[in-house]
Amino acid sequence: MSTPILEVSDLKTHFFTRAGVVKAVDGVSFSVGAGEIVGLVGESGSGKSVTGFSLMGLVDPPGRIVSGSVKLDGEELIGLSWDQLRALRGARIAMVFQDPMATLNPVLTIGTQMRLAISAHDKTSRRAADARAAEVLTRVGIPEAQSRLGSYPHEFSGGMRQRVAIAIALLHGSQVLVADEPTTALDVSIQAQILTEMRDLAAETGTALVWISHDLATVSTLASRLLVMYAGRIVEQGPVASVLRDPRHPYTAGLLRSLPATAEPGQDLFQIPGTTPSLLDPPPGCPFRPRCAHASDMCAADPPLETSGERGVRCFHPLRETVNA
Amino acid sequence: MSGFIIQRLLQAIVVMAVMSVIVFAGIYSIGNPLEILIPPEATQDVRERTIARFGLDRPVVEQYFYYIRNLLQGDLGRSYIYNEPVLQLISGRLPATIELVLVSVLGALFIGVPLGMLAGYRPDALSSRIIMAVSILGFSVPTFWVGLILILTFAVELGWLPSGGRGDTAELLGTAWSFLTLNGWSHLALPAINLALFKLAIMIRLARAGTREVMLGDTVKFARAAGLSEWTIMSRHVLKLISIPIVTVFGLELGSTLAFAVVTETIFSWPGVGKLIIDSIKNLDRPVMMAYLMLTAGLFVTINLIVDLVYALLDPRLRKGGAA
Repeated sequence: MSTPILEVSDLKTHFFTRAGVVKAVDGVSFSVGAGEIVGLVGESGSGKSVTGFSLMGLVDPPGRIVSGSVKLDGEELIGLSWDQLRALRGARIAMVFQDPMATLNPVLTIGTQMRLAISAHDKTSRRAADARAAEVLTRVGIPEAQSRLGSYPHEFSGGMRQRVAIAIALLHGSQVLVADEPTTALDVSIQAQILTEMRDLAAETGTALVWISHDLATVSTLASRLLVMYAGRIVEQGPVASVLRDPRHPYTAGLLRSLPATAEPGQDLFQIPGTTPSLLDPPPGCPFRPRCAHASDMCAADPPLETSGERGVRCFHPLRETVNA
Repeated sequence: MSGFIIQRLLQAIVVMAVMSVIVFAGIYSIGNPLEILIPPEATQDVRERTIARFGLDRPVVEQYFYYIRNLLQGDLGRSYIYNEPVLQLISGRLPATIELVLVSVLGALFIGVPLGMLAGYRPDALSSRIIMAVSILGFSVPTFWVGLILILTFAVELGWLPSGGRGDTAELLGTAWSFLTLNGWSHLALPAINLALFKLAIMIRLARAGTREVMLGDTVKFARAAGLSEWTIMSRHVLKLISIPIVTVFGLELGSTLAFAVVTETIFSWPGVGKLIIDSIKNLDRPVMMAYLMLTAGLFVTINLIVDLVYALLDPRLRKGGAA
């Protein structure tokens, strides 16, 4: 791994609701190198999106980053004021979301939206801003970009809309791009196109990519490293190929077995029994314990993250044998 | 777009035609103006000549078509009471009403929307709670009572502002306007505030509800992720997203206030059309009532047409769909 551009250590983001404290992110640590693509996977409610928003400093109340550190190119982001963070957002660390229909403003032309994003960090003439917007749109694969600046989001197809959103995020050549399920709302064929383009862009510009997804299959084609999140924690991490071939955490193994590609035709898909636990005042110990076939009395204590080489797993009973091809 | 406009114009003509029948029938049924027009001691001969002169001896359908024929020629008839052409009568009073209504509705818009957005932006702040308390007051306190309290406080007790009338006026486009003179503004202030309070409350509510909804959405979050300042997000993204319901209500309020500013005009002796219509109803002055109601209907139709056109400007998605 090259020198880390983003270093997250022991990040904790909790939501202080009336019912109690929801520990959506509870001690997450990872780092991403320049130009590297890291996949952050987990089920809904595992805290992966909140992790993304925490990196941006965009956690909505009643949520709050309680502790931990996020370093962007060596600079600590936690504790910066809203204005200091605003100056970084979009310029050095950017984010795209799942549904471009919801993120782009339906009543402003994309030219206007891109100009607003440009002028948030650079004071340029309208002409220069338009030229830059068109250039970035071309780079994400939008044909005749110059003439499309006057179009509204509804005049684009779903895939094109997401490309526009990605272009807005890339306007200032961010060092880190957090992508929160940006292809989930798209057709499979469009998904593949965008994934390829994103990979090329990351390689070309040196932008590090944190790709958040619930879809292990998609992430595995794109990312070089995988972080598996469960109940607000990273339970397994390592290079994609190695984790897929040889999952150590029973949860990762379960996720892999439930992929349609691994099932025999005509057979029911494998399901991990039970559901994701509530993160509202979780009991101590391994949060996966109630759903785990390997759980023992030991699991009532918190398992530490055991690392060996590039692999890491948070489990007292890591799997040794190959579960899946 | 032009197809859309033509379609709406045709609709407007149909609405006006239907309105004219309903209004004519309604006015015909509420009473016979003869009792007021002709003194009881008049001879049978005078009676019959008067009836014939006003065309009141004809069948009601024929009277209606006479009325429409004259209307299409721009003749709204003469007032029974003032013996003046109705058009002249109303257009002499209309500027006063238009002026009062525009000042109050625009004031409510330009003050209410920013306050509402502020309250929606920080719903839990003390300032937001104060704004919402004021808006509840604006909703729940009756207009006439507020008017009286305003007069008692600012005109009687403090003596800062006059209690009624239009004050000094200045000419613009051949009409006298109060808003062109300082003294005129001092006369305009109290009735305008009185009339604006309810509309201010509506604008605050609408802007707040819209802002709260938009603030939770991904558009704002994405704009923040791109590093836009909160001011840019509010003024460029949010304002435009919440503007459609506000324009709708603005149009409706403008129309209804022009038509029904009666209470405020009465309290502040503002010489607008409200006073005129009240008198004409009392005196069964059919031509005035008829003309007033037709003008009101025309006003609503026009305002709705404009509002629809403004929608298309505000929301690009409606431009194609609306023309089909």
